[in-house]
Amino acid sequence: MRGNVRRSTWYLLLLTAAVLLGIGIAGAMLYDRAMVTDFARKNLPPGLPLLFGTDWMGRDMFARTLAGLSLSIRIGLLTAGVSAGLALILGVAAASVGGWVDSTLSWCMDLVLGIPHILLMMLLSLAFGKGFVGVVAAVSLSHWPSLARLLRGEVLQLRQAPYFRVAEHLGVSRLRMVRLHVLPHLLPQFLTALVLQFPHAILHEASITFLGFGLSAEQPAIGVILSESMGYLTTGRWWLALFPGLALVGVVVLFAQMGERLRRLLDPASVHE
Amino acid sequence: MSLEGKNLTFAYRCRSKELVLQGVNLTLEEGERLGLSGPSGRGKSTLCRLLAGYERPTGGQVLLDGAPLTHQRGRPSPVQLLWQNPELAVDPLLPLGRTLEEGGPVEERILERLYIQPEWKRRYPSELSGGELQRFCIARALGPATRFLLCDESTAMLDLVTQAQIWDFLLEEAQRRNLGLLVVSHSDTLLHRLCTRIQIL
Repeated sequence: MRGNVRRSTWYLLLLTAAVLLGIGIAGAMLYDRAMVTDFARKNLPPGLPLLFGTDWMGRDMFARTLAGLSLSIRIGLLTAGVSAGLALILGVAAASVGGWVDSTLSWCMDLVLGIPHILLMMLLSLAFGKGFVGVVAAVSLSHWPSLARLLRGEVLQLRQAPYFRVAEHLGVSRLRMVRLHVLPHLLPQFLTALVLQFPHAILHEASITFLGFGLSAEQPAIGVILSESMGYLTTGRWWLALFPGLALVGVVVLFAQMGERLRRLLDPASVHE
Repeated sequence: MSLEGKNLTFAYRCRSKELVLQGVNLTLEEGERLGLSGPSGRGKSTLCRLLAGYERPTGGQVLLDGAPLTHQRGRPSPVQLLWQNPELAVDPLLPLGRTLEEGGPVEERILERLYIQPEWKRRYPSELSGGELQRFCIARALGPATRFLLCDESTAMLDLVTQAQIWDFLLEEAQRRNLGLLVVSHSDTLLHRLCTRIQIL
Protein backbone atom coordinates (compact mmCIF):
# COMPACT_ATOMS: atom_id res chain seq x y z
CA MET A 1 0.00 0.00 0.00
CA ARG A 2 2.73 2.39 1.05
CA GLY A 3 4.88 1.51 -1.94
CA ASN A 4 1.94 2.32 -4.21
CA VAL A 5 1.43 5.77 -2.72
CA ARG A 6 5.10 6.48 -3.13
CA ARG A 7 5.08 5.34 -6.72
CA SER A 8 1.93 7.26 -7.66
CA THR A 9 3.41 10.35 -5.99
CA TRP A 10 6.44 9.92 -8.22
CA TYR A 11 4.25 9.61 -11.33
CA LEU A 12 2.26 12.72 -10.42
CA LEU A 13 5.47 14.61 -9.75
CA LEU A 14 6.90 13.65 -13.12
CA LEU A 15 3.60 14.45 -14.86
CA THR A 16 3.50 17.93 -13.29
CA ALA A 17 7.10 18.55 -14.27
CA ALA A 18 6.37 17.36 -17.83
CA VAL A 19 3.33 19.66 -18.14
CA LEU A 20 5.35 22.65 -16.94
CA LEU A 21 8.21 21.77 -19.27
CA GLY A 22 5.72 21.43 -22.13
CA ILE A 23 4.26 24.88 -21.41
CA GLY A 24 7.76 26.30 -21.28
CA ILE A 25 8.78 24.85 -24.64
CA ALA A 26 5.46 25.52 -26.39
CA GLY A 27 5.49 29.11 -25.19
CA ALA A 28 9.02 29.67 -26.44
CA MET A 29 8.02 28.29 -29.87
CA LEU A 30 4.86 30.42 -30.00
CA TYR A 31 6.78 33.58 -29.13
CA ASP A 32 6.81 34.90 -32.71
CA ARG A 33 3.12 34.12 -33.25
CA ALA A 34 2.30 36.00 -30.06
CA MET A 35 3.76 39.20 -31.51
CA VAL A 36 1.75 39.09 -34.79
CA THR A 37 -0.91 41.80 -35.03
CA ASP A 38 -3.81 41.41 -37.47
CA PHE A 39 -6.47 44.09 -37.38
CA ALA A 40 -8.77 41.98 -39.55
CA ARG A 41 -9.50 39.74 -36.58
CA LYS A 42 -9.42 42.13 -33.61
CA ASN A 43 -11.62 41.72 -30.52
CA LEU A 44 -12.77 38.21 -31.36
CA PRO A 45 -14.36 36.35 -28.42
CA PRO A 46 -12.95 32.94 -27.52
CA GLY A 47 -13.88 30.11 -29.86
CA LEU A 48 -12.34 28.07 -32.66
CA PRO A 49 -9.68 28.25 -33.98
CA LEU A 50 -8.57 31.08 -31.65
CA LEU A 51 -9.16 29.42 -28.28
CA PHE A 52 -8.65 32.44 -26.02
CA GLY A 53 -9.86 35.02 -28.55
CA THR A 54 -7.93 38.08 -29.71
CA ASP A 55 -7.26 41.54 -28.27
CA TRP A 56 -7.72 45.06 -29.67
CA MET A 57 -4.70 44.63 -31.95
CA GLY A 58 -5.81 41.23 -33.21
CA ARG A 59 -3.12 39.31 -31.35
CA ASP A 60 -3.79 35.64 -30.62
CA MET A 61 -4.39 35.52 -26.85
CA PHE A 62 -3.69 31.78 -26.63
CA ALA A 63 -0.22 32.25 -28.09
CA ARG A 64 0.32 35.32 -25.96
CA THR A 65 -0.72 33.54 -22.77
CA LEU A 66 1.51 30.55 -23.45
CA ALA A 67 4.46 32.75 -24.38
CA GLY A 68 3.88 34.78 -21.20
CA LEU A 69 3.73 31.65 -19.06
CA SER A 70 6.87 30.34 -20.68
CA LEU A 71 8.65 33.60 -19.94
CA SER A 72 7.36 33.43 -16.36
CA ILE A 73 8.57 29.87 -15.95
CA ARG A 74 12.02 30.78 -17.25
CA ILE A 75 12.22 33.76 -14.94
CA GLY A 76 10.95 31.57 -12.11
CA LEU A 77 13.63 28.93 -12.73
CA LEU A 78 16.38 31.51 -12.87
CA THR A 79 15.29 33.50 -9.81
CA ALA A 80 14.49 30.45 -7.72
CA GLY A 81 17.88 28.97 -8.59
CA VAL A 82 19.77 32.15 -7.82
CA SER A 83 17.95 32.94 -4.59
CA ALA A 84 18.07 29.38 -3.26
CA GLY A 85 21.77 29.15 -4.10
CA LEU A 86 22.38 32.45 -2.37
CA ALA A 87 20.40 31.27 0.65
CA LEU A 88 22.37 28.02 0.84
CA ILE A 89 25.75 29.71 0.69
CA LEU A 90 24.91 32.52 3.11
CA GLY A 91 22.97 30.34 5.55
CA VAL A 92 25.68 27.69 5.76
CA ALA A 93 28.43 30.32 5.96
CA ALA A 94 26.66 32.18 8.78
CA ALA A 95 26.19 29.08 10.87
CA SER A 96 29.48 27.34 10.26
CA VAL A 97 31.79 30.33 10.53
CA GLY A 98 29.93 32.06 13.37
CA GLY A 99 31.21 35.14 15.15
CA TRP A 100 30.98 38.47 13.36
CA VAL A 101 30.19 36.76 10.04
CA ASP A 102 27.08 35.26 11.60
CA SER A 103 26.05 38.56 13.18
CA THR A 104 26.50 40.46 9.92
CA LEU A 105 24.64 37.92 7.80
CA SER A 106 21.81 37.59 10.33
CA TRP A 107 21.51 41.36 10.38
CA CYS A 108 21.27 41.39 6.58
CA MET A 109 18.56 38.72 6.65
CA ASP A 110 16.56 40.72 9.20
CA LEU A 111 17.03 43.87 7.16
CA VAL A 112 15.76 42.33 3.91
CA LEU A 113 12.90 40.58 5.69
CA GLY A 114 11.98 43.82 7.42
CA ILE A 115 11.32 45.77 4.21
CA PRO A 116 7.90 45.16 2.59
CA HIS A 117 8.41 42.68 -0.21
CA ILE A 118 6.73 44.51 -3.08
CA LEU A 119 8.41 47.79 -2.20
CA LEU A 120 11.84 46.17 -2.07
CA MET A 121 11.32 44.46 -5.41
CA MET A 122 10.13 47.66 -7.08
CA LEU A 123 13.20 49.49 -5.83
CA LEU A 124 15.59 46.71 -6.85
CA SER A 125 14.02 46.38 -10.27
CA LEU A 126 14.31 50.13 -10.84
CA ALA A 127 17.91 50.09 -9.65
CA PHE A 128 18.78 47.31 -12.09
CA GLY A 129 17.11 49.10 -15.00
CA LYS A 130 13.80 47.20 -15.17
CA GLY A 131 13.26 44.72 -18.01
CA PHE A 132 14.32 41.07 -17.76
CA VAL A 133 17.48 41.79 -15.75
CA GLY A 134 15.61 44.05 -13.37
CA VAL A 135 12.91 41.50 -12.65
CA VAL A 136 15.36 38.64 -12.16
CA ALA A 137 17.58 40.71 -9.87
CA ALA A 138 14.62 42.03 -7.88
CA VAL A 139 12.99 38.68 -7.27
CA SER A 140 16.18 36.74 -6.57
CA LEU A 141 17.71 39.36 -4.27
CA SER A 142 14.56 39.63 -2.17
CA HIS A 143 13.71 35.96 -1.73
CA TRP A 144 16.78 34.42 -0.12
CA PRO A 145 16.55 35.49 3.56
CA SER A 146 13.75 33.21 4.77
CA LEU A 147 15.44 30.09 3.38
CA ALA A 148 18.87 31.29 4.53
CA ARG A 149 17.54 31.69 8.04
CA LEU A 150 15.98 28.24 7.99
CA LEU A 151 19.22 26.63 6.76
CA ARG A 152 21.26 28.55 9.31
CA GLY A 153 19.10 27.11 12.09
CA GLU A 154 19.49 23.61 10.68
CA VAL A 155 23.28 23.91 10.56
CA LEU A 156 23.43 25.28 14.12
CA GLN A 157 21.45 22.27 15.27
CA LEU A 158 23.67 19.89 13.29
CA ARG A 159 26.79 21.35 14.83
CA GLN A 160 25.68 20.15 18.26
CA ALA A 161 25.09 16.57 17.09
CA PRO A 162 27.55 14.08 18.64
CA TYR A 163 28.68 12.72 15.27
CA PHE A 164 29.48 16.25 14.13
CA ARG A 165 31.59 16.96 17.21
CA VAL A 166 33.36 13.61 16.95
CA ALA A 167 34.28 14.36 13.33
CA GLU A 168 35.65 17.74 14.39
CA HIS A 169 37.83 16.05 17.01
CA LEU A 170 39.02 13.58 14.42
CA GLY A 171 40.47 16.50 12.49
CA VAL A 172 38.05 16.81 9.58
CA SER A 173 38.58 20.23 8.01
CA ARG A 174 35.84 22.83 7.95
CA LEU A 175 35.14 22.57 4.22
CA ARG A 176 35.03 18.79 4.37
CA MET A 177 32.66 19.00 7.32
CA VAL A 178 30.28 21.06 5.18
CA ARG A 179 30.50 18.64 2.27
CA LEU A 180 30.33 15.48 4.35
CA HIS A 181 28.03 16.29 7.24
CA VAL A 182 26.13 19.48 6.40
CA LEU A 183 25.04 19.42 2.76
CA PRO A 184 23.52 15.91 2.76
CA HIS A 185 21.37 16.89 5.75
CA LEU A 186 20.23 20.12 4.11
CA LEU A 187 19.38 18.57 0.74
CA PRO A 188 15.68 17.79 1.41
CA GLN A 189 14.91 21.26 2.77
CA PHE A 190 16.91 22.89 0.01
CA LEU A 191 15.26 21.07 -2.89
CA THR A 192 11.77 21.57 -1.49
CA ALA A 193 12.37 25.26 -0.89
CA LEU A 194 13.81 25.57 -4.38
CA VAL A 195 10.67 24.21 -6.01
CA LEU A 196 8.31 26.09 -3.68
CA GLN A 197 10.19 29.27 -4.58
CA PHE A 198 8.92 29.06 -8.21
CA PRO A 199 5.30 30.04 -7.55
CA HIS A 200 6.46 32.95 -5.40
CA ALA A 201 8.85 34.11 -8.05
CA ILE A 202 6.28 33.82 -10.84
CA LEU A 203 3.59 35.67 -8.89
CA HIS A 204 6.00 38.41 -7.91
CA GLU A 205 7.29 38.74 -11.44
CA ALA A 206 3.70 39.14 -12.64
CA SER A 207 2.86 41.65 -9.92
CA ILE A 208 5.81 43.98 -10.41
CA THR A 209 5.29 43.82 -14.16
CA PHE A 210 1.60 44.61 -13.58
CA LEU A 211 2.62 47.63 -11.51
CA GLY A 212 4.88 48.80 -14.32
CA PHE A 213 8.25 48.18 -12.71
CA GLY A 214 9.08 44.99 -14.53
CA LEU A 215 9.12 43.75 -18.09
CA SER A 216 8.53 46.22 -20.92
CA ALA A 217 5.12 46.58 -22.52
CA GLU A 218 5.84 44.87 -25.84
CA GLN A 219 6.88 41.60 -24.24
CA PRO A 220 4.16 38.95 -23.94
CA ALA A 221 4.38 38.60 -20.14
CA ILE A 222 1.45 37.65 -17.98
CA GLY A 223 1.82 40.79 -15.89
CA VAL A 224 1.77 42.97 -19.02
CA ILE A 225 -1.25 41.13 -20.46
CA LEU A 226 -3.19 41.50 -17.22
CA SER A 227 -2.45 45.17 -16.73
CA GLU A 228 -3.37 46.00 -20.33
CA SER A 229 -6.56 44.00 -20.24
CA MET A 230 -7.74 45.93 -17.18
CA GLY A 231 -8.74 48.82 -19.42
CA TYR A 232 -10.88 46.58 -21.62
CA LEU A 233 -12.75 44.74 -18.89
CA THR A 234 -15.36 47.48 -18.61
CA THR A 235 -16.09 47.26 -22.35
CA GLY A 236 -17.08 43.63 -21.94
CA ARG A 237 -13.95 41.91 -23.22
CA TRP A 238 -13.71 39.59 -20.25
CA TRP A 239 -11.61 36.95 -22.02
CA LEU A 240 -8.55 39.18 -22.14
CA ALA A 241 -8.04 38.96 -18.38
CA LEU A 242 -9.81 35.72 -17.49
CA PHE A 243 -7.82 33.14 -19.45
CA PRO A 244 -4.32 34.51 -18.83
CA GLY A 245 -5.20 34.96 -15.14
CA LEU A 246 -6.53 31.41 -14.85
CA ALA A 247 -3.49 30.07 -16.66
CA LEU A 248 -1.17 31.88 -14.25
CA VAL A 249 -3.05 30.44 -11.26
CA GLY A 250 -2.87 27.02 -12.88
CA VAL A 251 0.89 27.16 -13.34
CA VAL A 252 1.41 28.38 -9.78
CA VAL A 253 -0.76 25.57 -8.44
CA LEU A 254 1.19 23.05 -10.51
CA PHE A 255 4.49 24.28 -9.09
CA ALA A 256 3.15 24.29 -5.54
CA GLN A 257 1.87 20.73 -6.02
CA MET A 258 5.22 19.67 -7.39
CA GLY A 259 7.01 21.12 -4.37
CA GLU A 260 4.58 19.46 -2.00
CA ARG A 261 5.03 16.05 -3.68
CA LEU A 262 8.79 16.45 -3.63
CA ARG A 263 8.69 17.30 0.07
CA ARG A 264 6.68 14.18 0.82
CA LEU A 265 9.10 12.02 -1.12
CA LEU A 266 12.28 13.48 0.35
CA ASP A 267 11.09 13.98 3.88
CA PRO A 268 8.28 11.49 4.58
CA ALA A 269 8.10 12.29 8.30
CA SER A 270 6.96 15.87 7.57
CA VAL A 271 3.54 14.53 6.45
CA HIS A 272 2.66 14.08 10.10
CA GLU A 273 3.32 17.70 10.98
CA MET B 1 53.16 12.35 27.72
CA SER B 2 50.44 12.65 30.28
CA LEU B 3 46.82 13.78 30.41
CA GLU B 4 45.91 15.52 33.59
CA GLY B 5 42.66 16.87 35.01
CA LYS B 6 43.41 19.42 37.69
CA ASN B 7 40.80 20.42 40.24
CA LEU B 8 38.03 20.02 37.64
CA THR B 9 34.68 21.61 38.42
CA PHE B 10 31.76 21.51 36.03
CA ALA B 11 28.12 22.56 35.89
CA TYR B 12 25.98 22.02 32.81
CA ARG B 13 24.23 25.34 33.21
CA CYS B 14 26.16 28.51 33.83
CA ARG B 15 25.74 29.90 37.31
CA SER B 16 23.87 26.78 38.29
CA LYS B 17 24.44 25.71 41.91
CA GLU B 18 24.30 22.05 40.95
CA LEU B 19 27.86 21.00 40.23
CA VAL B 20 28.29 17.74 38.37
CA LEU B 21 31.97 17.58 39.22
CA GLN B 22 33.69 19.34 42.06
CA GLY B 23 37.47 19.49 42.46
CA VAL B 24 38.24 16.25 40.66
CA ASN B 25 41.88 15.39 40.08
CA LEU B 26 42.98 12.70 37.68
CA THR B 27 46.23 11.83 35.92
CA LEU B 28 46.61 9.42 33.04
CA GLU B 29 50.14 8.54 31.97
CA GLU B 30 51.14 7.15 28.61
CA GLY B 31 50.98 3.38 28.55
CA GLU B 32 48.83 3.37 31.65
CA ARG B 33 45.38 1.80 31.92
CA LEU B 34 43.31 3.69 34.42
CA GLY B 35 39.90 2.39 35.49
CA LEU B 36 37.20 4.81 36.56
CA SER B 37 34.18 3.60 38.43
CA GLY B 38 31.43 5.10 40.53
CA PRO B 39 27.66 5.13 40.87
CA SER B 40 25.42 6.48 38.12
CA GLY B 41 25.13 10.23 37.95
CA ARG B 42 28.50 10.88 39.55
CA GLY B 43 29.83 12.52 36.42
CA LYS B 44 31.98 9.81 34.87
CA SER B 45 30.82 10.58 31.34
CA THR B 46 31.08 14.30 32.00
CA LEU B 47 34.65 13.84 33.16
CA CYS B 48 35.44 11.98 29.95
CA ARG B 49 33.91 14.76 27.87
CA LEU B 50 35.99 17.33 29.74
CA LEU B 51 39.20 15.35 29.32
CA ALA B 52 38.56 14.88 25.60
CA GLY B 53 37.85 18.58 25.13
CA TYR B 54 34.15 18.27 24.23
CA GLU B 55 33.19 20.58 27.11
CA ARG B 56 35.08 23.35 28.87
CA PRO B 57 35.42 22.96 32.62
CA THR B 58 33.72 25.62 34.77
CA GLY B 59 36.77 25.55 37.03
CA GLY B 60 40.15 23.84 36.88
CA GLN B 61 42.17 22.76 33.89
CA VAL B 62 42.78 19.88 31.56
CA LEU B 63 46.50 19.61 30.84
CA LEU B 64 48.21 17.64 28.12
CA ASP B 65 51.91 17.40 28.90
CA GLY B 66 51.52 20.31 31.28
CA ALA B 67 49.98 22.61 28.65
CA PRO B 68 46.25 23.34 28.49
CA LEU B 69 44.44 21.01 26.06
CA THR B 70 43.35 22.99 23.02
CA HIS B 71 41.77 21.71 19.88
CA GLN B 72 42.75 23.12 16.52
CA ARG B 73 40.31 22.81 13.65
CA GLY B 74 41.42 20.43 10.95
CA ARG B 75 43.89 18.62 13.23
CA PRO B 76 43.09 15.35 14.92
CA SER B 77 43.00 15.60 18.70
CA PRO B 78 45.47 13.35 20.54
CA VAL B 79 42.72 12.55 23.05
CA GLN B 80 39.90 10.53 21.55
CA LEU B 81 36.67 9.60 23.26
CA LEU B 82 34.67 6.46 22.52
CA TRP B 83 31.09 7.43 23.18
CA GLN B 84 28.66 5.42 25.18
CA ASN B 85 26.14 5.36 22.31
CA PRO B 86 27.84 4.56 19.01
CA GLU B 87 24.62 5.16 17.07
CA LEU B 88 24.83 8.86 17.97
CA ALA B 89 28.50 9.11 17.06
CA VAL B 90 28.09 8.23 13.37
CA ASP B 91 26.37 10.33 10.72
CA PRO B 92 23.08 8.59 9.82
CA LEU B 93 23.33 9.74 6.18
CA LEU B 94 26.82 8.40 5.46
CA PRO B 95 27.77 4.84 4.63
CA LEU B 96 30.16 3.56 7.28
CA GLY B 97 33.09 3.38 4.90
CA ARG B 98 32.96 7.17 4.63
CA THR B 99 32.54 7.55 8.39
CA LEU B 100 35.58 5.37 8.91
CA GLU B 101 37.71 7.64 6.71
CA GLU B 102 36.99 10.64 8.94
CA GLY B 103 40.00 9.77 11.05
CA GLY B 104 42.23 9.15 8.02
CA PRO B 105 42.97 5.80 6.39
CA VAL B 106 42.58 2.81 8.71
CA GLU B 107 44.96 -0.13 8.62
CA GLU B 108 43.52 -3.36 7.27
CA ARG B 109 44.97 -5.14 10.32
CA ILE B 110 42.77 -3.12 12.70
CA LEU B 111 39.64 -3.90 10.69
CA GLU B 112 40.48 -7.59 10.73
CA ARG B 113 41.13 -7.65 14.45
CA LEU B 114 37.81 -5.91 15.10
CA TYR B 115 36.04 -8.40 12.79
CA ILE B 116 34.67 -5.62 10.58
CA GLN B 117 33.28 -7.27 7.43
CA PRO B 118 34.19 -5.43 4.21
CA GLU B 119 30.53 -5.29 3.10
CA TRP B 120 29.54 -3.42 6.27
CA LYS B 121 31.35 -0.39 4.87
CA ARG B 122 28.67 0.08 2.24
CA ARG B 123 25.86 0.02 4.78
CA TYR B 124 24.24 2.92 6.59
CA PRO B 125 24.21 3.17 10.40
CA SER B 126 20.56 2.10 10.63
CA GLU B 127 21.50 -1.18 8.96
CA LEU B 128 24.04 -2.24 11.60
CA SER B 129 23.75 -3.15 15.28
CA GLY B 130 25.16 -1.09 18.13
CA GLY B 131 28.07 -3.45 18.64
CA GLU B 132 28.98 -3.35 14.96
CA LEU B 133 28.84 0.43 14.99
CA GLN B 134 31.04 0.58 18.10
CA ARG B 135 33.74 -1.41 16.26
CA PHE B 136 33.72 1.23 13.52
CA CYS B 137 34.01 3.95 16.16
CA ILE B 138 37.00 2.19 17.73
CA ALA B 139 38.77 1.73 14.39
CA ARG B 140 38.08 5.38 13.55
CA ALA B 141 39.44 6.64 16.88
CA LEU B 142 42.75 4.78 16.52
CA GLY B 143 44.31 7.20 14.06
CA PRO B 144 48.07 7.78 14.09
CA ALA B 145 47.72 10.97 16.15
CA THR B 146 45.85 9.32 19.01
CA ARG B 147 47.80 9.15 22.29
CA PHE B 148 44.99 8.72 24.79
CA LEU B 149 41.79 6.76 24.37
CA LEU B 150 38.90 7.33 26.74
CA CYS B 151 36.42 4.46 26.73
CA ASP B 152 33.15 5.57 28.26
CA GLU B 153 31.31 2.28 28.91
CA SER B 154 32.17 1.45 25.36
CA THR B 155 31.42 -2.23 25.58
CA ALA B 156 28.48 -2.15 27.98
CA MET B 157 26.00 -3.03 25.24
CA LEU B 158 27.96 -6.01 23.91
CA ASP B 159 27.79 -9.71 24.78
CA LEU B 160 30.65 -11.16 26.78
CA VAL B 161 32.44 -12.87 23.88
CA THR B 162 32.49 -9.68 21.82
CA GLN B 163 33.54 -7.66 24.86
CA ALA B 164 36.48 -9.99 25.37
CA GLN B 165 37.46 -9.78 21.69
CA ILE B 166 37.38 -6.01 21.69
CA TRP B 167 39.28 -5.57 24.94
CA ASP B 168 41.89 -8.10 23.86
CA PHE B 169 42.49 -6.03 20.78
CA LEU B 170 42.43 -2.68 22.61
CA LEU B 171 44.92 -3.84 25.26
CA GLU B 172 47.27 -5.20 22.65
CA GLU B 173 47.01 -2.02 20.57
CA ALA B 174 47.50 0.20 23.62
CA GLN B 175 50.59 -1.78 24.59
CA ARG B 176 52.02 -1.72 21.09
CA ARG B 177 51.56 2.03 20.66
CA ASN B 178 52.02 2.94 24.31
CA LEU B 179 48.56 4.55 24.45
CA GLY B 180 47.04 5.83 27.67
CA LEU B 181 43.69 4.16 28.27
CA LEU B 182 40.90 5.40 30.51
CA VAL B 183 38.27 2.73 31.09
CA VAL B 184 34.93 3.74 32.55
CA SER B 185 32.75 0.87 33.67
CA HIS B 186 30.26 -0.22 36.29
CA SER B 187 31.76 -3.68 36.29
CA ASP B 188 34.52 -4.01 38.89
CA THR B 189 35.56 -7.40 37.52
CA LEU B 190 36.19 -5.85 34.13
CA LEU B 191 38.18 -2.98 35.62
CA HIS B 192 40.31 -5.30 37.78
CA ARG B 193 41.00 -7.46 34.77
CA LEU B 194 41.97 -4.58 32.49
CA CYS B 195 43.46 -1.80 34.49
CA THR B 196 46.74 -1.04 36.15
CA ARG B 197 45.10 1.44 38.51
CA ILE B 198 41.52 2.17 39.55
CA GLN B 199 40.08 5.48 40.66
CA ILE B 200 36.63 5.79 42.20
CA LEU B 201 34.62 8.92 41.53
